[in-house]
Amino acid sequence: MTEKIIVRVSGVTKDFDLGKIVVNVLKGIDLEIVEGKYLSIMGPSGSGKSTLFNMIGGLDKPTSGKVFIDEVDIAQLDAYELAWLRCRKIGYIFQTFNLIPVMTALENVTLPMTFAGVANDDAIEQGMALLRQVGLEGRHAHKPTELSGGQQQRVAVARALANSPAIVLADEPTGNLDLKTGEDIIDLLKELSSERKVTVISATHDYKMLNVSDQVIWIRDGRVEKIQERSELEISTGGLE
Amino acid sequence: MKRLIALPLKKSLEIAFQSIRVRFFRSLVTTTSLVLAVAFLCFMRCCNDFAQALLNAGDISAYQTLIKAGYDVGFGSDVIIASAKQRWIVTLSLLVCIVGIINAQLMSVTERFREIGTMKCLGALDRFIVRLFVLEALMQGLAGSLIGAVLGVLTALISSSFNLGAGIFQAFPWGLIGWSILISMLIGTGLSLAGVIYPAILAARMQPVEAMRLEQ
Repeated sequence: MTEKIIVRVSGVTKDFDLGKIVVNVLKGIDLEIVEGKYLSIMGPSGSGKSTLFNMIGGLDKPTSGKVFIDEVDIAQLDAYELAWLRCRKIGYIFQTFNLIPVMTALENVTLPMTFAGVANDDAIEQGMALLRQVGLEGRHAHKPTELSGGQQQRVAVARALANSPAIVLADEPTGNLDLKTGEDIIDLLKELSSERKVTVISATHDYKMLNVSDQVIWIRDGRVEKIQERSELEISTGGLE
Repeated sequence: MKRLIALPLKKSLEIAFQSIRVRFFRSLVTTTSLVLAVAFLCFMRCCNDFAQALLNAGDISAYQTLIKAGYDVGFGSDVIIASAKQRWIVTLSLLVCIVGIINAQLMSVTERFREIGTMKCLGALDRFIVRLFVLEALMQGLAGSLIGAVLGVLTALISSSFNLGAGIFQAFPWGLIGWSILISMLIGTGLSLAGVIYPAILAARMQPVEAMRLEQ
């Protein structure tokens, strides 16, 4: 069975020019991410984990090297195609939830669908279905300020899946949540991703993610330190019942 | 595979309206400066319109009333022209207003960096962001100009009835007043739009990676 490589990172380096000094954040990364896996990128603060994450998500361009999403070099895409990629192929989940505060939960979930040209009625129907799946059907008319952190992140998960993307990128999704809520979100992500065959790539330093990951990529000092498959992981973390 | 990214106008209007509603007090403060500037402009114009109407009525006593009220009109002339001093004052007040609008819009863009970055992550094109800010400014501009124009007409009416007497009611210059209101509203809305252009372009250029930033 040939596995499809959905993301290929090839010799990527990234330097940040901070005036007097140039910081080499990524020093040469080579990665191949197979479709349908749940992947965690782990590493200490300052290791380049977020920068690599931004590269994969098309939010930033590498100084050298290439990033291929579905065998398309994203540095060659124009603004229109990049917007299309972000709308249709990639779903984003942020640490700070990043819901649009002036819109209700349902409107937040249907916004990517609007950008994708989905008719209003269909969008509402699909949006409600997604909210039902994350358990927030009754709160669809509530604004983000009326929802708890965990609920906001659930809406964000629903939004990320709005246009049935191939990849979901989650940047520290549990960073602003307590232990139990974080676990719930991780389980939700795992469940939805295996159901919809979505590749989940999450940048994190939360060890709870390890439990559900198919593959863990350890980044240290701008390089890939090691890649561990699920079978190699030995996890023992205390949990709440 | 349809390569279509769209933001229908109706949706843009909804989002723009909600954005104003949520930040109502802030919008109010920005719009108030516009209201006052437009009111002043309209007041000047309407006072001149009433004076013109009196002149057009053909009554010889009009000249005396007008000169007493301070209008620069000699016997035989039939047009009221706004003095240079009037023009300067109005122009200055409009300039002050536009500076205030630019400032307020820049603050708004800076505050909403996360919202803008997120929208771009969801696939919004740059021009959608510009569209949203322009629509907001348009709504504020129209509302503010309308209120300002009405205020201007009312104060001009009161002021002129004191200065020029009841004659103005007999020769009420509907056409001229209507035109003044229209011009004032156009200028007011135009100011609002001019003030948002630079901040909107700034917002559109914002990189989506800004949305990821933890601190601001």
